[in-house]
This record gives sequence, C-alpha cells and structure tokens, in this order.
Amino acid sequence: MVKLSVGGLSIRYGDNTVLRDVNLEIQEHEIFGIIGPANAGKTSFLKTINRMDVFDPNMHVDGTIHFDGRDVRQWRNVYALRSRIGVVFPLPVGLPLSVYDNVALAPRLAGRPSPADLDVIVERCLTRAALWDEVKDRLDSLGSLLSGGQQQRLTIARALSQEPELLMLDEFSIAVDPVTTMRIEDVLKELRQELTIILVTNLVQQARRLADRTAFFLQGECVEIGATEDLFTGGHQDPRTRAYVEGKFG
Amino acid sequence: MFEPTALNRRNAHIQSLFKLLFGLMTGLLILPVIVILATLIQEGGSIISIDFLFSRPTDGMTAGGIFPALLGTMWLVAVALIISVPLGVAAAIYLSEYAPENWLTRVINLAIINLAGVPSIVHALFGVGAFVLFFNFGTSILAASLTLAIMTLPVVIVATRESLQAVPLAFREACWNMGATRWQTIRRVVLPNAVSGILTGVILEVSRTTGETAPIMFTGAVFFTPFLPQGVFDQTMAMSLHLFVVSTQVPGVPDELPYGVALVLITMVLAMNSLSIAFRMHLRGKKKW
Repeated sequence: MVKLSVGGLSIRYGDNTVLRDVNLEIQEHEIFGIIGPANAGKTSFLKTINRMDVFDPNMHVDGTIHFDGRDVRQWRNVYALRSRIGVVFPLPVGLPLSVYDNVALAPRLAGRPSPADLDVIVERCLTRAALWDEVKDRLDSLGSLLSGGQQQRLTIARALSQEPELLMLDEFSIAVDPVTTMRIEDVLKELRQELTIILVTNLVQQARRLADRTAFFLQGECVEIGATEDLFTGGHQDPRTRAYVEGKFG
Repeated sequence: MFEPTALNRRNAHIQSLFKLLFGLMTGLLILPVIVILATLIQEGGSIISIDFLFSRPTDGMTAGGIFPALLGTMWLVAVALIISVPLGVAAAIYLSEYAPENWLTRVINLAIINLAGVPSIVHALFGVGAFVLFFNFGTSILAASLTLAIMTLPVVIVATRESLQAVPLAFREACWNMGATRWQTIRRVVLPNAVSGILTGVILEVSRTTGETAPIMFTGAVFFTPFLPQGVFDQTMAMSLHLFVVSTQVPGVPDELPYGVALVLITMVLAMNSLSIAFRMHLRGKKKW
C-alpha cells in the first residue's frame, strides 16, 4: 500500500529553486532512504510533507503530496496531519522540560491521558529509543541538559510518543556517537514493522544498511530512485549516482 | 623561548592602560549615586522613623509624616500595573509569536519605540485630555494610573518580547512538528521559560512608575488632601509630588523633611531595582539550555 505519493513537486525560495519536479511513491512499512550532498533539497522536501512550509512565507511549493491518499494541501487540520508524522532533526532538540515531560508532551497535546497511561507511554518510548536505562532514575531532570547523543534519543522518543504513522529522520546521526548510531539503527529496523520511515542521510553506508529503497537527490533534482542494493552494486542508470555512492564527490 | 618580545610587552602595556581607563570611567559613573545616597542619609536619615512613615503631615505640611503620599504611590503603581501588565504582555506575545513579518508589524514596533521616547509631560497632557476630560474620570487615581500605564507600556512590551525571543526557535519548531498549535507551544514551552524575564521587566516598570511626577500631577495626584484614598476615583497624594511640594512650594519646612521624603522614595526605587537584579541572577542560575 502506498503511504506517501509525491507528484511533480517543486520547491522554491523566492527565485531560488531548491527542488524540481520530484515524483516518487513510498510504501507502507518501508524504510525509504534519501541521500545526496548538501543543498540537494532534502530538508525542504521533508518540510513540505508535514506542511511546515507554512511557517516560511518565502517558500513556494508546487505539485502534489498525498499522505494516505489525501492531498496534504487539502487537509484542513494541519495539526492532525503533523501529529501523525514524527520528525527528528539533525541537531537534537531537548525541550526545556523534564525528560518525562518531553516524552509526555505529544500525548498531552493530543488529549488528556491518565497518569498511568502516560507512565506506560513514556517508558515504552524511551526504551525503544534506547535511552530508558540511562535516564530511568532521573526522569525529572531537564531534557535540555542531557548530552547531545542522549538528547537525540530523547528527540526520537518524543517523535515515537506521537505514535506516528510516518517517521522522518533528517540526518539524525550528525550529533550522535557511532555506538549510539548503531543502536538507533537497530531500533529503526524493528520499527519498520509498525510504521513507515523516511531516512534522510548524508552517510551513504547508513542508507545501504537500513533503506529498502533509496532516492538520490542532487542540486534540487531527484536523479534516481531504486532498490538500495541496485544503487550500490551496479544497475545504475545514472553515472552521477555511481560517482556519489563511490565517494567520488559529495 | 618564552621570553616576551617587545611587541608582547607593548600589547600588555596598552591592555593595562585601557583596563585602567575603563575602570576609572566606571568609578566616575557610580560616584553620583554614592554622593546622592550619602547626602540623603546624612541630611534626612534622622527624621526617618516608624512614626514618619505612618502618620499624616501636620502644621501646613511642615511637620508630621508622609503616610498619605506613601499609600497614594502604592495605589498609583498597583493600578498602573493591573492595567499595563496584561496589555503589554498580550501585545508582546502577539508581536513575538503571531505577527507576520510585514510593514504593519514594523510600524507597530516603531510606534512602541517612539512611545518610549515621548516626554513624560506630553503623556501628562494626553492623560488630562483623554482620561480626565474625555472619559470624565476626573483627577483621580484611575486617570493618573492610566497615564502611567501608557507611559510604561513600552517597558513591559520590550522586556516581554525580548524574553520570549530568547527562547530558541528550535523549541518552537519541535513543538509545531508534533502538531502543537501556536498557543499550545506558547503555553507549554515558550511562556514558562520567559516568565522570569517578564517579571524582571515588570519590576523595572514598578521602579520607573514610583518615581514619575509629571504624568500624575495633573491627572490624579494632589498637593495636599486630608483624606486617604478609598478607591480608584479618589484623588491622592503621591511621594514624588510630595517631595516637589515640600522642597519648593511650602515655606518654613525644616531642612531634614524633604531629604527624608527623598530618602524614602529612592529607597523604594532601589529596593525594586535590587529585586529585579536578584531575579535576573536567579534566572541565570536556572538556565535551562
């Protein structure tokens, strides 16, 4: 089943086009990798999916994005759309709330969960984000004062607490040490059972380890989309993809 | 190998010269404050007593205490706060969190800066025209406090806006991405982290309001009244005006009386400012990111 379908998507900031005519479909329970050097339009692409583009009056979007078969530009309640999509940024954002409140925020925004339910949600999400063991004794200390790697796992726990159908990770491992990165990657593999993941990464090997299919973005163009292994082991249609995955530029 | 070169020595020399210069300037700056305080304490300290604070002026204001003025100033400041804080904080939240970046917002911001630059006597005359005459509040605490509130609104707005904008944008974006509305984001993340800064601004406003004379002298504060204020439509005496009156308008006032009034007034203002500084230090100690 198609979770997300993008047709003829172009994004420009003023006169500066950052993404041109992207067409792709993402299947449910798929990890979809997006690789490409800086300025490829990857982050702008993610922003348009959960309608964060409305906060930037300079940003103009053309084309269609269908989430669960519905055009995201037609959703009247963008807050409901965003709450179904979890986002993790390149730099960790521990909100200046306690660790517990960080994870409890999304359920609280969505309704009035009972304290017992919240406890369960918080423990489950922190455990899945591989952070529970480190913070279980200090859930009331400030999330914004954790180390960078811990904050990034807190951010992931917070995204999971939304019980999202789609999880978008934007270069999540930039501020995380390699061991933690591996642990999070293991978590992502498990999460595939339940949700759909878009993994934007500038580590081509990370895409290779995780993604079922991968798209290669370059300077605002979606150069190639294919099964991840095809991109890495021949079967290229485009020489630029080969050059990038082999590390000849980037 | 680690011997200082001639250039190193010259740089170190110049550096200590500038340090001395800036230090001297700082010393020069606090000198007036010390002299003022010392003079007031020396000349007026002897008159300060519980009785002075809590009794009424007698003998044509040449003797007795300052209680009506003290109480009047508290009324004026309190009513001004009740008016300006909700108004100022709400306006600052709108300007910082909601207002689109366009010419109208820029004009409003400019207007706030200009409002801060309007001389207090102009505010006073505006207060007479608008509140005393047009709204027909008469010369009353309400009219005087409204005038004070309008005059100090920029202080509250600017302090609030700055403490809101000190909360990083990334926190807001994280909330928006989770599906939070702007108000949910403000209430749960932005305001709790800005509230100490807002309080600092409010306390600064109190200290400014306490000392103002011009805006109240035509709108609600009086030379002398035998009555204590009972409500916002009463006239009242006020510390700042009382100081002006006993120093220049009444013959035969003993020397230490105006000094004593000034000492009480400046102590109120300094106490407020110290409170605000203490708040800021407390805030810095509790920095959350």
